[in-house]
Amino acid sequence: MQQLSVRHLLGIKEITPQDIQLIFETADQFKEVLNRPIKKVPSLRDVTIANVFFENSTRTKLSFELAEKRLSADVINFSASGSSVKKGETLLDTVNNILSMKVDMIVMRHSSPGAPHFLSRKIQANIVNAGDGTHEHPTQALLDSFSIRQKLGEVAGKKIAIIGDITHSRVALSNIFALQMQGAEVAVCGPPTLLPKHIGDLGVKIFWNVREALQWCDVANVLRIQLERQQGKLFPSLREYALYFGINKKMLDELDKEIVLMHPGPINRGVELTSDAADSHHSIILDQVENGVAIRMAVLYLLASKG
Amino acid sequence: MHKRLIVPHALFQIMIRRLAHQLIETHRDFSDSVILGLQPRGIYVADRLQQTLKEILGITVQTGYLDITFHRDDFRRRATPLAPNATKVDFSLEGKRVILVDDVLYTGRSVRAAIDAMISYGRPDQVELLVLIDRQYTRDLPIEATYTGQRVDSLHSQRVEVTWQGQDSPEDVIWLLTPTPDQEEPHATA
Repeated sequence: MQQLSVRHLLGIKEITPQDIQLIFETADQFKEVLNRPIKKVPSLRDVTIANVFFENSTRTKLSFELAEKRLSADVINFSASGSSVKKGETLLDTVNNILSMKVDMIVMRHSSPGAPHFLSRKIQANIVNAGDGTHEHPTQALLDSFSIRQKLGEVAGKKIAIIGDITHSRVALSNIFALQMQGAEVAVCGPPTLLPKHIGDLGVKIFWNVREALQWCDVANVLRIQLERQQGKLFPSLREYALYFGINKKMLDELDKEIVLMHPGPINRGVELTSDAADSHHSIILDQVENGVAIRMAVLYLLASKG
Repeated sequence: MHKRLIVPHALFQIMIRRLAHQLIETHRDFSDSVILGLQPRGIYVADRLQQTLKEILGITVQTGYLDITFHRDDFRRRATPLAPNATKVDFSLEGKRVILVDDVLYTGRSVRAAIDAMISYGRPDQVELLVLIDRQYTRDLPIEATYTGQRVDSLHSQRVEVTWQGQDSPEDVIWLLTPTPDQEEPHATA
């Protein structure tokens, strides 16, 4: 059988379109498992996984933990807050200590871009990047593409607009790589202050007007305004952002076509999306959450079988 | 690889029909019985049995496909990952009489995994096993078939191949494959 070309999932940039296809096909079967009366399989019962989160996370951590438990892995959780990291322990020392407890895989979130890449050169365990700073969030991009494929049949040939805070988003970069790799057209849309200067070099269209972006796209993937990552004021106020870049149900209804609305969460309701838009029939936000577990099960399963 | 025909087409048809009649003796009108074909090759046996039962009884017996990949005990002991196949069980197994169906019974490990996988869909009242070929004296686990098409004596290095008309062969036939000395492996897997 086909297998992943990589030992770690560090970013979408490191994997191939065949890897994505294999992950999707495996996730299809795990979705079926998740709909059984007993939603658990014993595949990873001899595998121990450490979720090492140096940054706060709710849904990604829960989603990984659920995926690990559905696969019968043993799970330990580590959060930087309240740990020896606060006493000055280095990343490598922290992880080596965890690995000494016979851990096979590390799922890591870190605020520094490249942290999982650094670790992958130092340790033997398989590493899954659960978000490294503003760099990549590969499993989120995979579940986003998987959700588009589920909703629209295929990703190739579709027009996807990523709307919002592109500069501070790891989801945006991974999504651009993943969608282009599968043959989609990608655009970004946001205030100029939230779009990286050379984003056009990645081969994406750029919109500064959200209505134009919505008119162009089949899928609008709306990102959260990451206030915690912004050093200075990049837009005057949340109210003004909502006025110019927020999406509401009326805007969607006025479009002369069906559109798919996505958001990686958590939603700032009333800022990026109004509640009536987020909860409308256009939205596949909750499907994304459900698909996240299946995608993460597939990634862990395929990496564990690589040894 | 040396191929020896062990079940020719005509005998294959008789075998399927005999197995269908054996099922009718036990399950009568199949009101509480379902067939579960094991992926990947047991599903062809399941489909053929369903079709034969329809010809004889005029009823369509509920039939599903069960994939056992995630329940196997040799995961991470193989050189390459195991590819999962589709599971299609559109009914609950709670209180049902389940007929697990596979083409070849060898070590018994697939059947053990199938029982494990099957229980995720509810608690059946009774489980039976039907196989076309029983490679006898090769079991790793204490598992035996309730209904058997034919028993075959074989070596670990040999393989039994069931080929299906319309799938991978012009006729339904069963072969015994023996590796030539330069192809011999220490322990064959199917």
